[in-house]
Amino acid sequence: MTANNVLLSVDNLVKHFPITRGIIFQKQVAAVHAVDDISFDIHRGETLGLVGESGCGKSTTGRTILQLYRPTAGSVVFDGVDLVALRGEDLRKMRRKMQMIFQDPYASLNPRMTVGEIIGEPLVVHKVAHQKEINERVEHLLELVGLNPAFANRYPHEFSGGQRQRIGVARALSLQPSLIICDEPISALDVSIQAQVVNLLEDLQNQFNLTYLFVAHDLSMVRHISDRVAVMYLGVIVELASRDEVYYHPLHPYTQALLSAVPIPDPVADAKRQRVILQGDVPSPVNPPSGCRFRTRCPIAESMCAETRPEFREIEPGHFVACHFAERFL
Amino acid sequence: MPDLLLDVQGLETQFKTSDGVVHAVNGVSFNLAEGETLGMVGESGCGKSVTMLSLLRLIPSPPGEITAGKAIFFNQDLLKLSNEEIRYVRGAQISMIFQDPMTSLNPVLTIGLQLEEPLMLHLGMNKKQARARAAELLGMVGIPKAADRLGDYPHQFSGGMRQRVMIAMALSCSPQILIADEPTTALDVTIQAQIVELIKRLRDELGMAIIWITHDLGVVAGIAQRVVVMYGGFIIEEAPVNELYANPQHPYTIGLLGSLPRVDETERHRLFSIDGLPPTLYEKPKNCPFAPRCKWAVERCWNENPPFVEIDTGHRLACWVDVKTGRER
Repeated sequence: MTANNVLLSVDNLVKHFPITRGIIFQKQVAAVHAVDDISFDIHRGETLGLVGESGCGKSTTGRTILQLYRPTAGSVVFDGVDLVALRGEDLRKMRRKMQMIFQDPYASLNPRMTVGEIIGEPLVVHKVAHQKEINERVEHLLELVGLNPAFANRYPHEFSGGQRQRIGVARALSLQPSLIICDEPISALDVSIQAQVVNLLEDLQNQFNLTYLFVAHDLSMVRHISDRVAVMYLGVIVELASRDEVYYHPLHPYTQALLSAVPIPDPVADAKRQRVILQGDVPSPVNPPSGCRFRTRCPIAESMCAETRPEFREIEPGHFVACHFAERFL
Repeated sequence: MPDLLLDVQGLETQFKTSDGVVHAVNGVSFNLAEGETLGMVGESGCGKSVTMLSLLRLIPSPPGEITAGKAIFFNQDLLKLSNEEIRYVRGAQISMIFQDPMTSLNPVLTIGLQLEEPLMLHLGMNKKQARARAAELLGMVGIPKAADRLGDYPHQFSGGMRQRVMIAMALSCSPQILIADEPTTALDVTIQAQIVELIKRLRDELGMAIIWITHDLGVVAGIAQRVVVMYGGFIIEEAPVNELYANPQHPYTIGLLGSLPRVDETERHRLFSIDGLPPTLYEKPKNCPFAPRCKWAVERCWNENPPFVEIDTGHRLACWVDVKTGRER
């Protein structure tokens, strides 16, 4: 891969949320270590899946990339520009190229705006079109996501969950962005509707050469849609590789446990599998374990795991893993 | 064939709302043998939870009403019991765990008190016996230092731990039937695996029958012996678990299985999607409820609702069409 093929480059990104005490004189007593030093690239036209359990920092990563949260440290280079350094109008101009699709199609659409207003709003905000053009564009977008263009005058409550998610997709597409961050776009939908939305996302990607960061906890769906997959645990990326590498040759014990925990809709295949059942719960991100974050639940942890944080290293070409003992699984 | 524990025939439940009558459950029949695990699969609004709540008579009335059917459990019809009598069934003989362990525990009572309540109510234990048994139960579901945690409140437990508490509570009176209503949906996948393993272990130790309600065909594959699939308030297919996954016959079941990506999938392929939306249930359908979304639908599907008939040993189906030939059966 050449360097100019990289659309987004995240380096040593850190996001801590302060926990404060006191009303007038607030002082910081601790911090939630939501994202702790992660680095990855996304290439043009690819889908990077970001998986992990709730609270592992995957949504925060997405939002910090868009500068909806300002990072505590690190850089986010999008199309050759470091977004962290940008302010005001300069940042707004860059935001045009990056959009987001949210998890909850009920909460992410303003109930007092018509669908046409919702989809057209980005065009108004960024002053890229006149009202007449906007109307045409809205109709075109509705058609693109498989909705009737006549629906532009209706309100969100008149639509089902799957249709609302299509409206969210149309809104994200309205500025013709190059990167779309999909934050659990299907987890609020019923199974038969999920497939409709995923197929739509795939079609649109092929049509417009879109780049996706697909944030999800559903490993089966991430496998289906992604070219490469990053696995997060408690604020750090523990493994990053092509999707087949991650699913066939997982090198991090957490990835292995996560994959073995996913139920397979086939009783015969399911019975044959070796299960690694992790003990206990994910520790609190306020006070994460020293050294390796995963060591408290890791089946192969040794004393050095508590002392040194494993480096996120490229163990095979394109296969990154943060574990002292990853070679054992090669 | 082991003895039938529960036999539900023609259950119908409706809700009378200001927008009209919602036909939530439209004549559902199924049974459950002793010690068996039955999976009940369907999407939101298909009537699976209402079916279970109807059996335990937990449907709020009004607006809800059980309009027809019977549910035979130990020679008595659950639907005809008085309010007083059904209270002795609930929790003691048939108990239920719910999807969201946060909202189903009382946040202002310690979990010790909540665990002791059914023990004192149903088993007539005194406070001290109940306390000891509660600690035992918490230990059984894998909560470390169980006796010390009886004084804790629900918010001091994580999601997975709360679900363990719910399971301990549901099993406290050794029920014959455990109804698990999406017990792992709110949990992360590694915690889900823990809970599924726990319930399997307890099932083997205690020998109760389980009805496992879920929308996740993956979870059911690993735990159930027999599966029923619901759509639009009807059971549309029922089969032993291996048969259902290897040889699904109803277009909806086929679509549902096809629309799932698999974590062990080898090649990238386009997901099969079922077009359209689930039915609204405001009218009792006279045709097949799935006909508007079905690509195999023939004229008869629009005129008559197919009966639920046995097509193979233990494999029952409500569909006019043979999907192999595309013609009527």
